[in-house]
Amino acid sequence: MNPRAAKAIINGVLIGVAAVVLFPLLWMVSVSFMQPGEASAFPPPLLPAHATLANYHELFARAGMGRYLFNSLLIASAITLLSLAFNLSAGYAFAKLQFSGRERIFQVLLGALVVPAQVTMIPLFLLMKWLHLVNSYGGVIVPALASVFGIFLVRQYARSIPDELLEAARLDGAGEWRIFLRIVLPLLKPIVVTLAIFTFLGSWNDFMWPLIVLSDQGSLTAPVALAALSREHVQDNELMMAGSVVTILPVLILFLVLQRHYIQGLMLGGVKG
Amino acid sequence: MKRERTAWTFVTPALMVIGVFFALPVLAAFALSLTDFDLYALANLKNLRFVGFDNYRDVLAAPLFWKALLNTLYFVAVGVPLSLAASLGAALLLNSPLARFRGLFRTALFAPVVTTVVAVAVIWRYLFHTRYGLINYALVHLGIAPIDWLGDPLWSMPAIILFAVWKNFGYNMIILLAGLQGIPPDLYEAARIDGASAWQRFRFITLPSLRPVLLLVSVITVAGYFQLFAEPYVMTRGDPLQSTVSVLYYMYEEGFKWWSLGRASAIAFLLFALTLAVTRVMLYLSRRGERR
Repeated sequence: MNPRAAKAIINGVLIGVAAVVLFPLLWMVSVSFMQPGEASAFPPPLLPAHATLANYHELFARAGMGRYLFNSLLIASAITLLSLAFNLSAGYAFAKLQFSGRERIFQVLLGALVVPAQVTMIPLFLLMKWLHLVNSYGGVIVPALASVFGIFLVRQYARSIPDELLEAARLDGAGEWRIFLRIVLPLLKPIVVTLAIFTFLGSWNDFMWPLIVLSDQGSLTAPVALAALSREHVQDNELMMAGSVVTILPVLILFLVLQRHYIQGLMLGGVKG
Repeated sequence: MKRERTAWTFVTPALMVIGVFFALPVLAAFALSLTDFDLYALANLKNLRFVGFDNYRDVLAAPLFWKALLNTLYFVAVGVPLSLAASLGAALLLNSPLARFRGLFRTALFAPVVTTVVAVAVIWRYLFHTRYGLINYALVHLGIAPIDWLGDPLWSMPAIILFAVWKNFGYNMIILLAGLQGIPPDLYEAARIDGASAWQRFRFITLPSLRPVLLLVSVITVAGYFQLFAEPYVMTRGDPLQSTVSVLYYMYEEGFKWWSLGRASAIAFLLFALTLAVTRVMLYLSRRGERR
């Protein structure tokens, strides 16, 4: 085959695949601007005849989506900030600080990676009930405060910090926490960004645990509320599409802005994020 | 010794969280699976009784458990190879030196991975709509009769598999792409000089070089696909005729709809054991294949 034909075929296929992959997302945006009922026609319309914001109005004014998005934002931000603090300090210690049993404890943590989170959900629910955290932000946030994956990622990265640097700081009389905050954290910046995106996207998109631990209308996250809405409003395509748009848009934008860090982290870790 | 104590202040918070909210619940889940924990026990712990392995016996005797197990195995057995094939195909395309705008295409193909599964499941539910869905519209154009995707027990699981492939293939695509970029170009050059065809280069250089990465992504994907839940929850509620009830969906209903928390814990453990067994067998077979 001559190279020009090969080039045309490969790029043609890529364009075709990208079109098929992106189509559902683009169609979602288009339908969200249609009049109620407009999408239920044959053949299905691709673009709204008269674009309207009515679905978004309905979504925020009557379905309370603003509250759910706020809940999601608050929960995902809290998990991201707090778990970064827990995972960064632990990951750094496993890489660079001496304490008895360090390697053994780390091996046990790695072994725990094979246990799916779903196994813990029933006792965790009872524990949360006992702690009075069911139906509260805390019920979603507290179990996510530290993760083996996060500790692992930080440890792998922190191992490249030269010991001489830390020793020199110690000779100058700096305390361990001061060294961590002043010297180590700036060096860990790339992995901090990567881990922050992973954690934020993961918490925002999480479904099963929030579904279990949140049932009070006011405390629902956007995905849980959307699932409930979609069960009530099976026929309201346009409204549901607007709901999907506002649920997906924040994470999609965040990804597009910071994708370099996200994809680098994926290639480095190669482990489920 | 002061140094040792300081080091512990770095790890203790994280270890406490993992211990209390992960390790403890895993052990408690097994303990719970040996009790008849239900709505009465939830109200008053005095109603709790130890029942040994009765929950496991009951679950293994329940027709719906076997149905859910078969559905889940169907999803894994068909969904994982399809997802991996899509990931590998896309990675090969993106890795081709002839491809243009590679960064842009990579972002486009990866986009579904970062979307919220509930929100995109809502979209696909309408794409699969029997009368107004665009998928049936396209099929009719190709001269194929419309399919009742989410209403026909024969087609409900294939619909969920199609959706899952679309949602997930980008993740492994990135990892495979990194693997492809790690293959030394001289290998291909040498093969070309020896007159190897494109297929031969793929079969004898690309595939063997990717072997460790392929094994890694297969194991991760199998373990992930066994945890099927949100897709049937949003798209079908396990229907039609329970053809999309997965093991985890069954666990959720037993636990949080009927509050049989003891039984649900037994189901969770059975699923865990099954996932572990299957991934172990995959690793074992691959190691044996390597030696040969």
